[in-house]
This record gives sequence, C-alpha cells and structure tokens, in this order.
Amino acid sequence: MALTNEHIKQRLIEKFGEQISGFEEPYGMLTFEAPKEINLKVLNFLYDDAELKFRFLTDITGVHYPDKTGNELAVVYHLHNLEDNVRIRFKVFTGVSTPDVYTATGLFSAANWMERETYDFFGINFVGHPNLKRILNVDEMDYFPLRKEFPLEDQTRIDKDDEMFGRG
Amino acid sequence: MSEHHIKLPEGSIEKTTTTLNLGPTHPATHGVMQNILELDGERIVSTEQTIGYIHRAFEKLAERRPLAQITTLTDRLNYCSSPLNNMGWHMTCEKLLGVKTPKRVDYLRVIIMELARIADHLICNSIVGVDAGAYTGFLYVMQYRELIYEIYEEVCGARLTTNIGRIGGFERNFNDIAFQKLEKFLKEYPAVLKEFENLFQRNRIFMERTMGTGAISAERALNYGFTGPNLRAAGVDYDLRAHSPYSSYEDFQFNIPVGTTGDNYDRWLVRNQEMWQSLSIIEQAYQKVQEFKGAEAEVYHADVPEYYLPPKADVYTKMEALIWHFKIIMGETEIPAGEVYHSIEAANGELGFYLISDGGRSPYRLHFRRPCFVYYQAFEELIKGSMLSDAIMTMSSLNLIAGELDA
Repeated sequence: MALTNEHIKQRLIEKFGEQISGFEEPYGMLTFEAPKEINLKVLNFLYDDAELKFRFLTDITGVHYPDKTGNELAVVYHLHNLEDNVRIRFKVFTGVSTPDVYTATGLFSAANWMERETYDFFGINFVGHPNLKRILNVDEMDYFPLRKEFPLEDQTRIDKDDEMFGRG
Repeated sequence: MSEHHIKLPEGSIEKTTTTLNLGPTHPATHGVMQNILELDGERIVSTEQTIGYIHRAFEKLAERRPLAQITTLTDRLNYCSSPLNNMGWHMTCEKLLGVKTPKRVDYLRVIIMELARIADHLICNSIVGVDAGAYTGFLYVMQYRELIYEIYEEVCGARLTTNIGRIGGFERNFNDIAFQKLEKFLKEYPAVLKEFENLFQRNRIFMERTMGTGAISAERALNYGFTGPNLRAAGVDYDLRAHSPYSSYEDFQFNIPVGTTGDNYDRWLVRNQEMWQSLSIIEQAYQKVQEFKGAEAEVYHADVPEYYLPPKADVYTKMEALIWHFKIIMGETEIPAGEVYHSIEAANGELGFYLISDGGRSPYRLHFRRPCFVYYQAFEELIKGSMLSDAIMTMSSLNLIAGELDA
C-alpha cells in the first residue's frame, strides 16, 4: 500500500496527539509543526517506524518571521522516504531570545553541516551539536545575516564614497 | 635551559604528525577550499575542511530580486553545468505559479539538460584522470565540451553563466545552426567517448589508483545525504529523473547505472555510463522534437504573459504587451503566496529549491539544497587512513564545485 499523506497524518496524531499541529499540504507536500522540545522524538519516530521510514534527510534550513512574537525562528526539515518516494516537511519554531533546538546529528550525519549553516545564518543554537561553528561566513562575524533585521544595502543611497565601484 | 632557548609551542617536540595546509588555492583542489590535514608520514590521520571562500550570500540577495533575476544567481552555483540549475529554477517558479509547459519545451529542455550533464561529467571524469597524471584525456574531450558550449551559445548567447531559458520556456526558438551543431555532436561524440573510455576504463594504472580508495557504503552514503552519481556508485538506484520525473522525463527510455563499492573507480564508471545514457536521451528527445510539424514546431514557450517577455514588436504597438514588458523588467509582478520545494537531478545530485513567498515581488525566503555542500562533509570519513595522493583523487571524483559548495 502506498503511503499517503492522510495516513502519515493519522500515524502522527495517534503517536503525538495534540502536540503536532498546523497540518498543510502546499503543492502536495505534507507539512506540519511540533514544539521544539519534541523535535527529536518526532524525527526518531518518523525514522524508526516500520511504515513511515523517513530515513533520508534532504535538507535543514531556517526561516525568520520577525512578526511572530515568541516564535520568530523556524527550523525546517525536509525528509524523504526513498522506498515509497514520499516527502514531508517538518517545522519547529523557537523564540529569537532562546534559540535552542536539539541537534539531529545523532540520527543523520548529513545534519552536521546543514545545522552549522543554519546556525551561521540564523543563529539557531543546536544543542548537542559536535562542532557548532560558522561554516560559510568568517568566524569574527557577530551577527546572523539572514535574519530580517539586516536589510540589503539601499541601492539608491548617495551618501557613500565608493568611487572604486563606480558610485563616486 | 639557556636564555637563548627558542620558545616552541607546547607539545610541538613530542608531536609525531605533520600538519599540512592544502588550499585554499591549490592546483589540485580545483576550486577555492581549504583542507588542514594531519599526516602521519603520507597517511591521513584527520582533516578539517574549511569552506566559504567564495560565499556570495545568494539566499539573501534573492530576497530582493524578482523571480527572473534570480536565474543569474543559479548560474553561479554549479558553474560546470549552469543550464541544469537554470532549468531547475524555472521549473520551481512554474510549480509555484502553476504553469504547464508544452511538450516541445520539455523536450528541448531535456536536450539542454542532458548536454549540460555530459559537459559536467566530462569535466569530472577527465579531471580525475589529470589528478592521476593522465592529461591527454582531459585535453581530448575539451573539444566536445566546447561544442556543447557552442550549442548553448546558439540558444542563449552565453557559454558559462548561461541564464538559459525563461519561466515558461525558452527566450527564443532553437535556430538551424543549433540543430546542426547538435547533429554534429550526436554523430561525432560517441566515438570520442569510446576513445576516452578506452584510455581509462581498463587502464591498469588508473584502476590501481582508484579501486578501493575513497569508498563509502550505501548505508553511510544515505545517512550523509549523498545523492546523484556519488550515491549511485555506492549501489542505490536513486535518480530523480526516474523517481519523480519532471520535464517529461517519463517519456524517455534510459537506464540508471549503479556501482557496488562506492569508491573512486565506481564513481568514475557511473559517470561514464551516465554520459552514454544522456546521449541516448538526447537522441530520443531530438527525434521527438523533429516530430512536431507546422505551427507546433514553432512552440518554444508557454503562455504566461505575467512572466514571459512579449515580442519587442508588440511592445511598441500593443498596450497589453507594453504593460507586461514594463512590469516584468521592473519586477513589479506580485508572485502568489505559497511554499514550494522542487528538486531536479543536477549533475551532482539532488538540487533543491525551497521557496517561500508571502505574496510580494520577490521570495520571502529562498534556500538552495546544494548536493555538493551536503556530501562534502563525508570527505573526512572517505579519506581517513588513506594516502595523501588518494585524497586528492577522492576530492576530484566527488566532483566538488566551489560555487555550489558556498552558494
């Protein structure tokens, strides 16, 4: 029997009840969220369950929603069941003041650099990560550039002495 | 201890290993990346990879750009096969916008994508040869990569950073010269690939250099998120073209070559076989393209006026076309709100685009799932305990492209 989104949803509700919420299916991909405290429990369940078998981690990334007070940062996991070819998207939200989320490196070796990248750009502190430091940006950087409070340079600014780059 | 004693860092006399800095710029790394190797003689004890030397903040830049202007960012990911990235991006946008492309566009895209795959695999496989000391193959096949680039040039005017195609199709129809060059390629390339294969495949020196080095098991490869030829070399037949077909790949017959050991030799073989398969796909696609007759043979884009630039003559004479032209150029078309993940089988594996739109003119957040970035973290595991010279070959047979690594 092919694995359907509806079935995955049922299994998750059976296991975690009310804790899993926000079920959606944008463009056919089942999307849901859970409290950040149980992110590993959910990932482990999805991995170990004999039916679900979400054993391939496609991607981890972050998103910043400055307007969602208390839940400003999202960590988005894309998981893939290679046997039945089903993908799901799983999100956990965390406040920007205590951005602590448990690491998935124990389950997936692939999570190592993905989490480092997410830390680098969003400042999400993956608790238990073996080597959580910046990966693409320089170590001396003291901010997290993909957060929305850092806008790109205003292209129409005229106060800058930048003759070398044709703006002088 | 005399007062002229030179103060050495603590532990440096007892130290029995050598630290070697390989990179950031080194002829053997084929890109800007650094490896700090700990060597015991010539054996590698441990390594630390440093990346990010050409990080250009594409994900941030994309948050200000309208969709059409992001295509040029994708060019610069895997710059050995830019058309693949471009097509992947267009298809992501089409998925978001709900655009259905005509069959002829799909087939033309398949031709370009498979040409790009051949160009990418050619580079990788011939560079593995160069690192083993065989320069001839590299120079020999460059002629045919050149021919592929000429075909790109006929279609889009550029060679390396192609910006090929548009949302909905191509910017112009393929001209006769493009088809002539394609025919020339189809006619001459098999003999060249055969010759190239003969240089390496059963070459004893090459086999002894590559067999058993840089190996990874299927289980570890999956856990590390490997995709593409590197995963298939370990024996997992996961290929998005067959697994979740896009751009009408379901209309084509092709095999998915798999290896068994996941070592450098198997990676080479898988890429080599994939080039043969790509060639066969191009032949099939070209045949299908020729079957379109009359008005159908002139179709090269879908009807998406909001995103596809109208013909210039119409811009000067028609009100509608003028409005669309202005809106597209200024990037003032609002994209629908939504969340979409689309992935294609790029030359290195699963290239994914995760796009979140909140209904503005540009994405709220765009993330690239770059295959290189994901599998390069396994490098330490691959080379631990092996010789330094094997590590160099492992690096090139993984096909690391710094642009894709750093985004």
